Parts: sequence; C-alpha cells; structure tokens
Amino acid sequence: MTDTQANDIYRDGRFLADGWTYLADDDPVPADGAVFLSLSRFLADLAVLRGRNAPTGVVVEAGEDVRSIADEFAHVAAVAVAFPKFTDGRGYSTARILREDLGFDGEIRAVGDVLIDQIALMRRCGIDAFAVSHAPTRAALEAGHVPRVDHYYQPAGRADEVPTGTRPWLRRPA
Amino acid sequence: MYRYDEFDQEFVDQRIAQFSDQVRRRLKGELNEDQFKPLRLMNGVYLQLHAYMLRVCVPYGTLNSRQMRKLAHIARTYDRGYGHFTTRQNIQFNWPKLSDVPAILKELAEVEMHAIQTSGNCIRNTTADHLAGAADDEIADPRPYAEIIRQWSSLHPEFTFLPRKFKFAITGAPHDRAAIQVHDIGMQIVRSEAGDLGFKVYVGGGQGRTPLVAKLVRDFLPEEDLIAYSEAILRVYNRYGRRDNKYKARIKILVHETGIDELRGDIEAEFEKIRHGVLQLPADEVRRIETYFALPPLDPAATSARFDAKSAGNPAFAAWAERNVHPHKVTGHASVTISLKPIGGVPGDASAEQMEAVADIAETFSFDELRVSHEQNLILPHVRLDDLDKVHDALVAADLAEGNAGLITDIIACPGLDYCALANARSIPIAQEISERFGNAERQRAIGDLKIKISGCINACGHHHVGHIGILGVEKKGEELYQLTLGGSADETTSIGAIIGRGFAGDRIVDAVETVVETYLKLRANDNETFLAAYRRVGDAPFKEALYGTA
Repeated sequence: MTDTQANDIYRDGRFLADGWTYLADDDPVPADGAVFLSLSRFLADLAVLRGRNAPTGVVVEAGEDVRSIADEFAHVAAVAVAFPKFTDGRGYSTARILREDLGFDGEIRAVGDVLIDQIALMRRCGIDAFAVSHAPTRAALEAGHVPRVDHYYQPAGRADEVPTGTRPWLRRPA
Repeated sequence: MYRYDEFDQEFVDQRIAQFSDQVRRRLKGELNEDQFKPLRLMNGVYLQLHAYMLRVCVPYGTLNSRQMRKLAHIARTYDRGYGHFTTRQNIQFNWPKLSDVPAILKELAEVEMHAIQTSGNCIRNTTADHLAGAADDEIADPRPYAEIIRQWSSLHPEFTFLPRKFKFAITGAPHDRAAIQVHDIGMQIVRSEAGDLGFKVYVGGGQGRTPLVAKLVRDFLPEEDLIAYSEAILRVYNRYGRRDNKYKARIKILVHETGIDELRGDIEAEFEKIRHGVLQLPADEVRRIETYFALPPLDPAATSARFDAKSAGNPAFAAWAERNVHPHKVTGHASVTISLKPIGGVPGDASAEQMEAVADIAETFSFDELRVSHEQNLILPHVRLDDLDKVHDALVAADLAEGNAGLITDIIACPGLDYCALANARSIPIAQEISERFGNAERQRAIGDLKIKISGCINACGHHHVGHIGILGVEKKGEELYQLTLGGSADETTSIGAIIGRGFAGDRIVDAVETVVETYLKLRANDNETFLAAYRRVGDAPFKEALYGTA
C-alpha cells in the first residue's frame, strides 16, 4: 500500500492515534493487537483467525469481492477499502455493499489515495475513517474544511440521511 | 419543462461554491493539474489545444428562451461571441478564462442551468429524442424519465469515478431519433401487453475505437424500476469494467468480453437486492414530474389555410418547410428544425445574436420552448402551421433558414484539430468544403436523405461510425488522411459503417465523397431509394469500383 501506514487515522472529526498494524502476508499474526490482513490471507487463515482474541481487520483491494467475507463478520472488526488512485472508484461500491447489502457495522476505513474532495462521497458510501497522507488534505481536515454538497439526489441507505422535499429519492443530512 | 424547486437551486449553488473553491485552490497552487483535472472535468471544464473549454449541460436538450438568452450573454461576455452545440445536446464555449468559470456558473445558475457532469468519468447528460413531447409517433414523452435519471445521477456518491464516461439515451418513439443503440445504456419506452409503461433496455453500445451496437439486456423494465435497474447496471460496471486501458474501459467492452448473458445475470442479481427498496419509483411522483413536461395549450382546431397558401405562393418557403418541418401530435402544428448548418459554415455553431433571435422566435411562436438536437441543430417543438411563414421570415433575418435538415449538408462534425487536444486531423474545414460542394439546393434535394458524419480522430465524437457516409481523420506520416466508411446508421436499424478502402488526403476526400454520391445516384432503384437503402441493397462493390477502380 502507498503511504497509508500513517500512524494516525481521521475519525469522528479528528485525527486519532491508530492502534492498527497492517501485516504483510508473510508476517506472523501476533496473539494481541489489532491487525489488518489481506483478503486472501484472511480467507486462507480463517480457521486460526476465528479463534483469535484480538481485533482482526481485512484490507479489500480494488477489484476484490468483499462479499467473500460476508459469512465471517463475527471475526472482522474493521475493513480497509483501498483506493489505489483516487480516480479508481471501485472502493465506493465495496463500501456500499458492505454497509447496505451485507449490513457490516464495524469500521470501514479508506486507505490509499485519499483526498479532501472525495471525503464527502466516501462518507455517503459508508466509510467512516480515513487514513490520510496527503498534506493539504490533512490540513483541510484539521481546519474542518471538507468541501461537500449536502443536498443529495439519491438515497445511499444511511441512517444519518433523512428524506426531504416531495421527491422520495431526495435526502439531507440528519 | 422542469423547474427547479428550492432543493435543486440550493444544490446547484452549493456545487458552484464547491467548485469555486477548487478553482481558487488550483490558482493558488494547492491543487496540481493532476488533482484538479477530475474535479474540473466533473464541472465541464476541459483544457483544450488553445484554451480552457466549458461545456454547459442542456438536460436532454430542452431549454427555454430565457436560458438561451443567458447562453448568448455568456458567449458575448466571456467568450468570443459564439457557442457550439454538441452531439450530447449541450453547448460548449471554447475560449473562457479559468478564473471566469465560477462567475459563468453563477450566471447559469440564475436560469437553472449548470455544467455538472458534462465531462469526467461519470454519468453524463442523458440525451433524448429532440422531438420528445411533440412527435406524432411517440408512446410517451421520454423527458420525465431523463429528468429522473439526471437527478439520480447528479453527484452520485458511488458512480463519480467510473472506469470511463457513461452515457444514457432515451426515446419514447419506436423510430429512434436518439441513437440509443450506440449508448452505454439506451432506453426505449414501450407498453407491455397489459398496457403498462416500461422500457426496453439496451446496454453496451458505443463508438470510439471499438464501435459496437448495444445488446438488448431487458425486454421490459417496469417504469418503477428505472432507477434501481440503472443502479444495478452501474454497480456491475463500476466493479468489473476494465481500468487497465482507457480505450477498453467503456461498458461496451465489458459486455463484449463477458458476454451479454453472463452480464445480464450479474445485473439481475444486483437488481434483485435493491429493486424493492428506496429506489423504487412511486407512480404518483412520476406523474407529478410529468406535469412539468405537459404539452402546452395548443389549439386542436388550428388550421393550415395560411400555411397552404404561403407554401403555394413562395417556393423558397415551401422548400424549407418540406425538409425542416416535422409532424406534430396535435393537428395544425409542427416541430421545426432550425439548421445550424449554413452552407460553408461550422456545424453546430451559433452566434450570440442568433441565439437571441432564436430565443425571440421560441417565445413568440413555440411556447417559449427550444431543443438542441444531437445532430447539432435547434428545434422549435410546438409551432402552429399557420405561423410557419412568420417563423421562416424571422429565421431568414437571422441567417438561420437553411432548409437542409437530413440532407447531405446537415453534417455532424467534431471540433477536430481546430480546437481539440486529441484530434489527429481537421474536421470542420472538411465539413465546410463538403457543404460548399453540395450546397446547391436542387442538388441536395435530388440526393435526398443522407447523413454525413465526420470525426477528427478515432474517438469518434463526430459519430462517423453511424454516418451513412462516415469520415474519419487520421494522421499518417505527418499528413492528415481521411478514411471513408459507408452504411452506418444510428436509428432503430443501427449499423456500424464499413471502411471502404484506403484513405484519402485532405484535398481528395471531398472528391471521394462526391464519387460515392454520384455512384449512388446512378445505381439507386428509383428517386425514393435513399442512400442507406441502396447501399444495403448493393453492398460495397460498386462504390469500391468507383473509388479505386478494379483491383
């Protein structure tokens, strides 16, 4: 992954120390501590991971099918959705499928090329944490300056968006 | 036509504020061009060969005279006094300054217009039959559905960074004037045997390097599922469309490589998960939106006595009316093509003064309504037959009375090397030369229906693949070379034209077109057999023979 091992994470309006470690596929899985594994590693090591007593997360790369972990949510504390380039929009579908179709309620974080102008879109798709290395994006987030349009022409299945106006597909932030 | 409510207006205003901030950050250097590019593209700002270009959305090609006057004002104030109407029924301005774009967008917002998603890898302006709501062969007006698609697709959080751009087209009539089979999604309004409204859905058509005719993905989609099914298609495309090569990234390639049957299975599976949810369209809301597009109060008792008399007494008027006036669903009325193809002119261009003249005519004679056609003309949808001579007089005064709709000089051409950063060859000068060559009114009429379409590069913005005669400009060893394709069509019998043989130099291509036309005139079965019908009957051989001699 590119630059995503920043040691903090933007969540709930601020940067927090990130307690998660991203493991390479040949790193041993520690007994303790929150770790992210690749999707293929997670599926391969499922038998062991099911018995693990610390948080396990899964990194879903663009192009990987998040539905392949749908039966294992009991053992998934967080999902990292990868955006290899900000113009690669596959992660938006991954996030919506996770939240709306599969009902995943743990953390979904965006990792990779995470830029300020996409934060609002990512949020609407169910992403609630952001690993940010891009300096102007970090500065804008710290200043609370997130460009967004808070009139939505399509329901995105989120509890914090409420119907508005006469058209049944319109939404506003709650 | 659709009118903004408070929500729509606030949406556009917020979007302008957002983009103005992005422009500010770009001008300050906080955003580099790579980071700014997708943002400006989402707002219709291109960096062209010589300058920025701003493309303004005309949703499904419908606008009123106030909006047209605003476009004229923008052309005069921020550009060089003209605009260019496009094959997506939009208008583009070729010379705005980037620092002026926020001000232009504010001016547009005053008349309920915007430039959102007129470029970028997102869902573009949905195009529709330019005779929508007026044509006598229509099952239902496609524009309410196009408007619903416009709304649903506006800043869609999931579908803003697709593999490539994505285009919907929709027609309400069995005779396809919207080229739906060369779109990413093409919809045709149909009625089920039970009498319910719905859509035939085509997917994966397109032009560009790999021209493909769309496949029928669903025979009948109920009206209430319009958005859910669209979302299902877009989700499958967003996840599985190729991103390794921009020339293989359109959904047509996914359809072609996956196969329509397997892809249909994926789409239907996604659709089943969401079809009964919040995306289901309530019928009463669709009916409410339809009221925005209600037919104006036309007089069903309108007569044509004056029209008949004027036609008999004025051959120039009669000749214009024969080509540019189209049947209307209400007796005594017609739709009118205002040709933006003057002989020797630039296809699709209109000056600020012409836009204002057209706005005046629409206000007086067409219930304040105008259309942009994908063939780069303007349309007055609802005119009384007995007003047509006055309309014609006004068009003559504005230099807009060319009676060539559907004829050989009614050419679609991309901007080509005169403007475009991608082009390999000039398109506009070729169009102008063809127009001059065949400009004689009697000659054009003798030739009859013939669509020439010209692209200045393989991206095919000039739709050459579906021209009855298509011309593609390529670059070969530093020279502009033009390939001819024959037999393309974009109607309900859509076909991709076939390359007839080796290309022609810029100073020979118009002669080659003339050879093709003369060959057709000699071999047609009778005066009513069109070029396309004749070509389909006889095939390539006589044209090859005429162009290249026996091998």
